[in-house]
Amino acid sequence: MYYDPFVLPFSIGLNVLLIYLVIKYIRWIRTFSPKDRRTIRRNIFSLKTLKAGKEVFLESLVHHKIFRTNPFLGYMHMCFGLGWFLLIVVGKIESLVYHTSIFNPPYFAIFFRYFHPAQETFPYCNTFAFLMDLILLMILSGLTLALLKRLYSRALGLKKTTKHRPFDLLILTVLWLIFPFRFLAESFTSGVRGGGSFLTHSAGNFFDSFLPIESLAYPAWWAYSIALGLFFLLLPFSRYMHIPTEMVYIFLKNWGIKQGKRFTAISQFQLYACSRCGICIDRCQLGSSLGQLDTQPVYFLKKIRHGKDHSVQDLNCLMCGRCEAACPVDLKLNALRLTQRPDYTRITRSTFEYIPTPSPARNKVAYFAGCMGHLTPSVIQAMERIFQKAGVDYTFIDREKGICCGRPMMLAGNHRAASVLVEKNKASIQQSGADILVTSCPICYKTFREEYHLDIQVMHHTEYLDLLIRNKQLIPHPSDQKTVFHNPCELGRGCDVYAAPAHVLQAVSQRIATAYDDKNSLCCGGSLANLYIRPEQRTQISSDALHAYLAYHPDVLVTACPLCKKTFTKTENAVPVKDIAEMVAENC
Amino acid sequence: MSVIIIGAGPAGCEAAYRLARSGESVELIEKEAEIGGNLNNWYQLFPDRKQAADLKAKLRKNIEHPQIHLHLKSKPVAFSRQGDGTIQLTLDDGALITGKALLVASGFRTFDAHRKEEYGYGIYENVITSVELENAFINHQINTSTGHAPKRIGLIHCVGSRDEKICRLYCSKLCCVTAVKQAIELREMLPEAEILCFYMDMRMFGPGYEEMYREAQEKYNIKFVRGRLSEASEDREKRLIIKVEDTLVGKPLKMTLDLMVLMVGMEPAEGNDQLISMLNLQTAPNGFIQVSDPHSGTNCTHQKGIFVTGCSSSPMNLTDTLTDARSAAVTISEYLNS
Repeated sequence: MYYDPFVLPFSIGLNVLLIYLVIKYIRWIRTFSPKDRRTIRRNIFSLKTLKAGKEVFLESLVHHKIFRTNPFLGYMHMCFGLGWFLLIVVGKIESLVYHTSIFNPPYFAIFFRYFHPAQETFPYCNTFAFLMDLILLMILSGLTLALLKRLYSRALGLKKTTKHRPFDLLILTVLWLIFPFRFLAESFTSGVRGGGSFLTHSAGNFFDSFLPIESLAYPAWWAYSIALGLFFLLLPFSRYMHIPTEMVYIFLKNWGIKQGKRFTAISQFQLYACSRCGICIDRCQLGSSLGQLDTQPVYFLKKIRHGKDHSVQDLNCLMCGRCEAACPVDLKLNALRLTQRPDYTRITRSTFEYIPTPSPARNKVAYFAGCMGHLTPSVIQAMERIFQKAGVDYTFIDREKGICCGRPMMLAGNHRAASVLVEKNKASIQQSGADILVTSCPICYKTFREEYHLDIQVMHHTEYLDLLIRNKQLIPHPSDQKTVFHNPCELGRGCDVYAAPAHVLQAVSQRIATAYDDKNSLCCGGSLANLYIRPEQRTQISSDALHAYLAYHPDVLVTACPLCKKTFTKTENAVPVKDIAEMVAENC
Repeated sequence: MSVIIIGAGPAGCEAAYRLARSGESVELIEKEAEIGGNLNNWYQLFPDRKQAADLKAKLRKNIEHPQIHLHLKSKPVAFSRQGDGTIQLTLDDGALITGKALLVASGFRTFDAHRKEEYGYGIYENVITSVELENAFINHQINTSTGHAPKRIGLIHCVGSRDEKICRLYCSKLCCVTAVKQAIELREMLPEAEILCFYMDMRMFGPGYEEMYREAQEKYNIKFVRGRLSEASEDREKRLIIKVEDTLVGKPLKMTLDLMVLMVGMEPAEGNDQLISMLNLQTAPNGFIQVSDPHSGTNCTHQKGIFVTGCSSSPMNLTDTLTDARSAAVTISEYLNS
């Protein structure tokens, strides 16, 4: 029986933590709707579980998404995630090889160097010692980077790092102490009794030269155990809840649980899965353009979790999705924000009775310009010219009378009002008998796709133009104009449409690649979702975004959203801003 | 030593004349080939329907004063000061002009209506600006693009004014009264046409303005609809279909127009920003030149010896511009004699 009282802090901490987590997760899972529970039951024994396992390895341990933000930052997170995991796994294997019973207590592997008499050999013991030292070295190198990040975050690719509560700083210190304590304990023991490998053995000999290591070794093991135990006890109340919660969230997500309009159990999991890494801070244009550094998801979720007032944060978000695209935990940040915007309105079907349902002519192709489309007549004109040139007969659903798609109301939380509009609009779309619905507005497009449940194909005009060009119904002539493409938030990050506009733009112009392509495109500042900032602050965001694009000296700045076009033209006219449809209409 | 004036529009000319009469010598710089500035685009002036050409002739006659040296087709490109505060201005033709004081009278330009794309200027054929309507008055001819006399005309107020969507929060002051004047002129030319003004508020602040507004309704049968235009589209006959909310009735309104006139507001003159940075002046929140005090220093800037007049500091009508020019002349005389 291997036992020493110093293992108690670790063992108590671990057991309390495990019991806490099991109770907490079961309580959340019990609140899942019957539908969600059916989804879990259907998918739990499927390939999705394996896929989730792979994702847990890649994201929770390797942190491979963070490598995309910055390789050093990725390495730092990997050292803690994968490093600690390997330390546990390899340590456990080592202890099993030494002591073939599978039922040795958990602390035995953790404090193996203390219990294992160094002179006693077992198969591959040197290899194990080498591996364990290598892994410890890896974690210690990550720790050094973490220290550097606290002092100088730019070195790790972060302009701004998260501001933590004092309590989180305390547990951060405890976490940081775990590995140096382990290093000291193993080194001292190795210095006294031998064992260890290149790191702990050499360090042991080195410490022996000037420290009374014989009397220090035992207290070092105590310190190591206390640090571990304390970390486990503090974990449920700290941001480190993300370590276990993220893994559970990844499984739930892969089994098909979606973040809906309400704050539910899956929202709870996401709330606790946020690691507060702070990658969202630099991505947010409210921070970079306006210096507002309290509304980013890291702080928004923190406020909800700790019961602080978050009424401003609920409203102060552009919902451009830039944070969501970079979130290493893949949290549904826009949807989470929307859950905090309650429906205050008392709008019923009768409220909108005065709005007649348009009855468009029947045709195979239906075109919907949208409200913003009607505010940029040049886009409608371009589309009409393109339809004519391609010989496409179509019906213009909202030529005379149009109904809002409902998205602005949804973004304000007024889902009841929106549903009335959706119903009316859907009726007129269905009346057209079309197979394809083409819209010029990415906002309408996203709404049609996600909220309308139409049984016809919905296309944004970029996709439709791409289709016409590929079918040779349109023959574009490439012009010499240099263009930069601003992918609208709702089209790119919102609906994952990246290839179509790239193809179309390459066919009609000389497209310049920028740092803001695809997932990194900026918000134009015209966002319908932000219900908090003042008009001049919006203008500041637009102006900053515009200048970022114009730094590439395009002849034309091209976008695919009438709202973006309007927003970009409100401050400056030095370089023309055009819709992709206008570019095509001019060059075919 | 003389006084340098940038801009020979009504403000610059009036100030030059007053300064010359009080014995100062004046260097008057104008970027165009003739004096008059925006006055050249106007046909008749409110409220008395005086011919703009008559006022311009008077200004031109005034600046024939021997103490005034007019530099046409010239722009300042560099500015410096000597130790004693003397101002040196280099013109784009290389000429060096020195003076004891500098008066900025660079004026305004009209708002570029293309920026309100929803109104369809430059996209629909029968959308014109108030400036283009004045030019049509000069030529005594109003026709639609299809060559017909318009039967229904809409005048849209506040295009580029009081509109936070295009960052123009201020009132340009003269568009309301211009709309009333132009509506009356249209009525005189087209007795059968229906003429409507779409306004947010009628700001009839000047002497005779309110009377003119009342007359427009009672005598000239001009209809005034309180509501801002939301969007416009074009039908096959190139007529405009507009959507407006009549806010007094509280109902949305849809209507067909043969001709739509956009009452464009005022913006800082072209090159205003460069001038501000060259002379080291301050920009007011509305983008015009900041004056040192809104009550006692309306012609003073934050730079000693540099003064401002007319629409360089904020939108003004012609009456106020001329008054302000005379005020600037007095301010500069006091400065030179102190």
